[in-house]
Amino acid sequence: MYQTNMYEGMLAETVTLRGAQGDSINAYFARPLGSGPFPGMVVIHHLPGWGEWYRECTRKFAHHGYAAISPNLYFREGHGTPEDIGAQVRGAGGVADEQVLGDVEGAMNLLGSLPFVNGKVGVFGTCSGGRHAFLAACRLKGFSAAVECWGGRVVLSKEELTPKQPVAPIDYTKDLSCPLIGLFGNEDKSPSPEQVNQHEAELKKHGKHYEFHRYDGAGHGFFYYHRPVYRQEQAVDGWKKVLAFLEKHLKA
Amino acid sequence: MCTMIANQAKIEGSGKGASGWFTVRQVNVSYDHPYQMPLEHALSIDFVDERQGPGARVAVELSLESARQLVRTIQEVLAQAAAGGYVDERVKAEGR
Repeated sequence: MYQTNMYEGMLAETVTLRGAQGDSINAYFARPLGSGPFPGMVVIHHLPGWGEWYRECTRKFAHHGYAAISPNLYFREGHGTPEDIGAQVRGAGGVADEQVLGDVEGAMNLLGSLPFVNGKVGVFGTCSGGRHAFLAACRLKGFSAAVECWGGRVVLSKEELTPKQPVAPIDYTKDLSCPLIGLFGNEDKSPSPEQVNQHEAELKKHGKHYEFHRYDGAGHGFFYYHRPVYRQEQAVDGWKKVLAFLEKHLKA
Repeated sequence: MCTMIANQAKIEGSGKGASGWFTVRQVNVSYDHPYQMPLEHALSIDFVDERQGPGARVAVELSLESARQLVRTIQEVLAQAAAGGYVDERVKAEGR
């Protein structure tokens, strides 16, 4: 635990990595200074874009002792303000799951190659990023922990499938290869409490190592302090649980 | 959650953005998380010209009821324009 006479230092900057199809994309990387070794975290941004909250989130992980990286999943769409790019991608129906998986795998591999990373890498995401975190933990080999914050569209009917999202992530549950923590607001409509029940039932059915935390008085996005959906008490408790989970599975 | 509800339509128009007027060639309409409105979901309309980059965008976010009101108001104005003889016959025939 940090004491006020301890040294703290952090490096945070934009880097590039090889993502899907070997494309070079940019990413925001933050790590504690020093030789570590530190566990790694891949931070997956949500549909509205690669914005300031994700820079802060990446630095938050570095503050807590992780080498964290947040790839720009919209790099190929062009450049502008995060909002303009996010709006453009929203209008086009998002980016394809397969491309996101390639970019996330590239981020995981980059962390794994660093001399100050301890060999364990986790994945974290909120909203569509939470969905992608769960999907990545099922479809990719190499993550040691996954954090899914209110991932909607994990449960999908056949009618809701699209060419960019051709398979419901819940269908991959049997392949989940690491412990999972999920945070959900009980007032959320997507995922609704019933959908979270289905998600949990499938995890139980396949004997997966998971813990779900479901919050009253909170809906979708309750970590976002810059939006009216923010719920202070639930966010503080949620972060505490996420960090304790990651400490157990990535630092031990 | 991100709803993935988004439709695009090719249009002809002009939009006034932060840098002045530009030719609008497409409108993206979505019902999803807004950037500015204090709602979980809003009807977002982006008038864009992708050839000029993502910054060529006039953005509006509306509540559901306001979006419905906008649709009604547009239809009322178009009906008045047609009734007043202001709509070109060729345009009327083409349904534009």
